[in-house]
Amino acid sequence: MLRWLGRNALRAYTGLALVYLLLPIFIVALFSFNDPVGKTNYTWVGFTLDHWANLFAIPGLLDSVVISIRIAFISTLVATTLGTLAALALVRYQFRGRPATSLFIFLPLATPEIILGASLLTLFVAIGKPPFFPLNEFTILIAHITFNISYVIVTVRARLAGFDRRLEEASADLGADGWQTFWRVTFPLILPGIAAAGLLAFSLSIDDFVITNFTAGRTTTFPMFVWGSARIGVPPQVNAIGTIFFVVAVSAVAIGSFLQRRRA
Amino acid sequence: MIAFLRRRPGLLPLLLLAPAIAWLVAFYVYPAIQMLQASLWSGTLESGFTFSWANAATYSAALGRYSDQFLRSILYAAVSTVVCLALAFPLAYTIAYRAGRYRTLLLFIVIAPFFTSFLLRVLAWKTVLADDGFLLGPLKTIGVLPEEFRILATPVAVIFGISYNFFPFMVLPIYVSLEKIDRRLVEAAKDLYAGPVRAFQRITLPLALPGVFAGSLLVFIPAMGDFVNAELLGSVQTRLIGNVIQSRFLVNNDYPTAAAISFMLMAGILTAVFIYARVLGTDELETGIG
Repeated sequence: MLRWLGRNALRAYTGLALVYLLLPIFIVALFSFNDPVGKTNYTWVGFTLDHWANLFAIPGLLDSVVISIRIAFISTLVATTLGTLAALALVRYQFRGRPATSLFIFLPLATPEIILGASLLTLFVAIGKPPFFPLNEFTILIAHITFNISYVIVTVRARLAGFDRRLEEASADLGADGWQTFWRVTFPLILPGIAAAGLLAFSLSIDDFVITNFTAGRTTTFPMFVWGSARIGVPPQVNAIGTIFFVVAVSAVAIGSFLQRRRA
Repeated sequence: MIAFLRRRPGLLPLLLLAPAIAWLVAFYVYPAIQMLQASLWSGTLESGFTFSWANAATYSAALGRYSDQFLRSILYAAVSTVVCLALAFPLAYTIAYRAGRYRTLLLFIVIAPFFTSFLLRVLAWKTVLADDGFLLGPLKTIGVLPEEFRILATPVAVIFGISYNFFPFMVLPIYVSLEKIDRRLVEAAKDLYAGPVRAFQRITLPLALPGVFAGSLLVFIPAMGDFVNAELLGSVQTRLIGNVIQSRFLVNNDYPTAAAISFMLMAGILTAVFIYARVLGTDELETGIG
């Protein structure tokens, strides 16, 4: 009896927890179809597809999305390259100071985002000539690469941990040199890990608000646009864009895991 | 180059690490030092800043002036951590032991919120928790709740928002800890006549503790820096230290005070992380992130 109760209570609880996790996502999507009266989009009025049909009718929205995607793309590219190299070093080689290096790389992840943003702002203020310190897309990019490097290292390193080095030895036995072995054996095997890290970096960058808020100046990324419009009322088009981002991200993850399963 | 490396194989890992480390030194370590320096500035953005150790008084002034916000941040972060723990443990337990073939799907749902914009999620809760929203509205209509009852603009809303945002960081490390437990230990306990409750207390719970600690740290730290939930779901009475940092830096251009507060927050948190890493290592923490 107690067991039955325990099992079903746990099941009911899990159901509630899933609703709790998914409800905001559902609300975001739902309110992209709302037809609000006035500027605030907090109460359900009626169904319409207008906002989806006029996705970029809001001034500045398209620009902000383009800026966000561009920053996410470049920061992912740079952070994934630097991070993968560092992860390789940490997994494949024993050297003095390795534990300290690991801890150092972890520190940015253990620092609240607001501190990362604030300290970068201080840096940019200090090196610029007041009041003309140049905060723009470039400073956002620097900030995003900074937090993404640590995320990439941690993710790639976790995926590399199960790597079978005998495959490389086999390649060397078959006469391949170090370069050939890397590109024909090592790289294809670690590629899924790199891709996962890249995907994480991209989604962190495109959604980052806190650090961007400190390093953006007048540049408006998509999250900055949301923040700016939150005071006067977020237009339903913003919900639509958020929904598109969600669907794209989920599809990317689904396709990724499908491909990996097929390879395995 | 390659021939040179062949003669000095010890250099290769350092070479691989160098770009990432150099980047972090330039844009993580150096800005932190710069922030320490800025906290000892005096002056304004217009007239320029001058550095002097005598400006250390900024620290005591900031602590005195914003002690409420500091204490509130610690309180909200602590309560959010406890709420997350209470909500996450049963879910992590279900995913680890009862989910069967749904395990991957459930884990995916746990991280699904991260695929929606952070700000939009907070605003979605604003919709749900609104005074006449579809949660409170009907309850007020049938008279279960008094008309003036509200959640928005109260500490409850802010703590709720913080808990929601960092919930996955609690679930994942606990799940990983639980999943690693050798279930034969529980069977052994039951063979030795321990009931399910006792087996849980004596075997499962202690072995899950590393995940609990890691999750708690991963929730508490970002919660200490929150200002978005406090701003969008709270009121003037729920302002946190993050709001102070944000407005001192970005609205008032009061860099010395903002830097002093940020530096104290950073020092406190990194000290805690250091102690944690010394005692327990960073492996569990990383499972919550990677």
